[in-house]
Amino acid sequence: MATPEDVLARAEALRNSLPSGFRDEVVQSLYAEAERIARRAVKTAADRKYDLDQRIDRLVTAPVSGLLIMLLLLTVVIWTTVSGANVFSEMLATVLFGFGDWARALFVSWGVPWWITGFIWDGVYLCLAWVVSVMFPPMAIFFPAFTLLEDLGYLPRVAFNLDWLFRKAGAHGKQSLTMMMGFGCNAAGVVATRVIDSPREQLIAILTNNFVPCNGRFPTLIMLATIFVAAGFSGVTASFIAAGAVVGVVLIGVAFTFFMSWLLSRTVLRGEASAFTLELPPYRRPNVLRILYTSLIDRTIFVLWRAMLTAAPAGAVIWLLANIPFGNTSLAIAIAGWLDGFGRIFGLDGVILLAYIIAIPANEIVVPTMMMMYTGASMMVEGPGSSEAIRALLVEQHGWSLLTAVNLMLFSLLHNPCGTTILTIYKETRSYKWAAMSVMITLGTAFLVTFITASLARLISHLI
Amino acid sequence: MTTRTPPADPCATCPAYAHLERMGIKMDTFDRVVALAGNPNTGKSTLFNTLTGLKQHTGNWPGKTVTRAEGGYQFNGVRYKLVDLPGTYSLLSTSQDEEVARDFLLFGQPDCTIVVTDATALERNLNLVLQVLEITDKVVVAVNLMDEARRKGIEVDARALSRDLGVPAVPISARNGEGIMSLLSTVADVIEGRIATNPCRVEGTPAFQKAIRELTPLIEHLVPGIPNARWLAIRLLEGDARVQQAIRSGELADIVRRQRSPEEQLSSTMAIVGRQ
Repeated sequence: MATPEDVLARAEALRNSLPSGFRDEVVQSLYAEAERIARRAVKTAADRKYDLDQRIDRLVTAPVSGLLIMLLLLTVVIWTTVSGANVFSEMLATVLFGFGDWARALFVSWGVPWWITGFIWDGVYLCLAWVVSVMFPPMAIFFPAFTLLEDLGYLPRVAFNLDWLFRKAGAHGKQSLTMMMGFGCNAAGVVATRVIDSPREQLIAILTNNFVPCNGRFPTLIMLATIFVAAGFSGVTASFIAAGAVVGVVLIGVAFTFFMSWLLSRTVLRGEASAFTLELPPYRRPNVLRILYTSLIDRTIFVLWRAMLTAAPAGAVIWLLANIPFGNTSLAIAIAGWLDGFGRIFGLDGVILLAYIIAIPANEIVVPTMMMMYTGASMMVEGPGSSEAIRALLVEQHGWSLLTAVNLMLFSLLHNPCGTTILTIYKETRSYKWAAMSVMITLGTAFLVTFITASLARLISHLI
Repeated sequence: MTTRTPPADPCATCPAYAHLERMGIKMDTFDRVVALAGNPNTGKSTLFNTLTGLKQHTGNWPGKTVTRAEGGYQFNGVRYKLVDLPGTYSLLSTSQDEEVARDFLLFGQPDCTIVVTDATALERNLNLVLQVLEITDKVVVAVNLMDEARRKGIEVDARALSRDLGVPAVPISARNGEGIMSLLSTVADVIEGRIATNPCRVEGTPAFQKAIRELTPLIEHLVPGIPNARWLAIRLLEGDARVQQAIRSGELADIVRRQRSPEEQLSSTMAIVGRQ
């Protein structure tokens, strides 16, 4: 009876008896055979000198025009999202908050105990209404646009354009594909890193994926950019300024992706970037119905549903925190108060930090959580639908400044991955260490960057 | 005079008469397992969706499917389980997606493997076809994207291709549903042995052949019932560390067992071994 070791030893002996490079010969003859068969089976019309695909590619993947087109497309997609989502969001908010008020009044007239009414309509329902009105419109525009580019075959061109940058950072060129999946959902981006062959480069791609804002975080960025950065402008100018701010934040995220990849590949994940073949697929005419189906049903509704599943319990938690008395105030105000000093160091405040803690399961609910705590604290029960109302609430009653908005955008971009993504990282790496690393790297970066901007802002206001 | 049994209704085997029923993921029971392999971005997932009626996400970029997706269809009364494998350029490398594809072809023992190829880039695609033919001979080559090829002025002679490869080649366009019935009846014919295949195998040098012939029975003896011992012998001769370790730890038998069970999603053990 042969043991495994016997078989392995025999294989070893046989291998040594063969001339070196014998498998190369086999592979080569395989390739030659493929070529021979293909030549016999394929006839190409001779007059196909020019090829539209190739001409487009020459433009789209050229060093300068390629990057410009990429930037332009990014801006167009984000501008469409920002300007379209704004109107739609306000409409949705009016309807949903209006319904909430009506239902609440109905409960009161029925004589339902205040805590049941409050728990359902001021807690669970309000959080759901916020999530739907803040998230649904941007997603319903962004996802179809993204899917359109994907269906056209543009994504591999982006990978091609960014390859040299990733190589310089010591990372794998396919990381740009996983990075772009991250725009949809970071957990999906982490799963997509399986296309990267080398474990070292795959880890880099996993650990840095969170630096691109996912769809759960886009609405936060869009809302802040619209209300604060673009405040003082009107109409189309405002939407361009807001879109510009979001594009800027996205580019900062991409820059951090490169920087962190570079840092990792020179420290804990040392090594050289490996070469790979990337096929540029033909451009294909997008199938509009399928794009709508994929982006609206598979992506938008799916992500929204997931957000609603976390929003409902989060709304309950927020309501409870706001209504459980603690001393002569509520638990929410007390916790926010404890965190406040720490938050101020980074140009944020206690409520924002508490919102991020409550929103660990899903980033989508950061804005709703924050708004509910602010409105709850100031006893402003009716939902502030318009952006002016939100701005007034934040600036006048809670001392927000442009710095708060900018730092919140930066924090939202850089902070730790959501619970789902952390779990996915653990599943992909099967290591608590790397899952923990992903949290520490991102959270560390977020605190460091916001600390720097806050300190700079303080320094400047001191000097002036 | 001899009495002859009447021939089977000729229409029943005609593709035009065939009946396809999409079964989505309802595959509690199935009669046959069909694997979908192919280079990235050749439209495997599109074909998968066409056949199963599922909405597996398709996208125009290579490497979108990283795990295997499963669905079902019923064709002429036979229920097939269709396994969509990640797109790969070869079966030689070590990335996870290629391993998923390779392990399933090796140990999952599909009744037939459809290798989806891109008619506009056939030569590159044939490399994978030839590698799949090294593993299994129950293969049908689907020459996909025929519409795109026509637009580009490329003609593919499927008959010449079938002859050279020794397995049937069927021109299709998964997006438009062109050639699907013919593909399915060919798959059925290959499975039932109505079409005999004689796959083109790239043999290598005589010394190499001799070494393979010596090693293959040793592996079969070691892991009784293992399919594709020949292929494992080739990998051992190449000094594939992962296969060596799988043999040493005796987990090969486990993998064979697990790949056969329908619940198994990923051959994660193999994948991890490859990473160490």
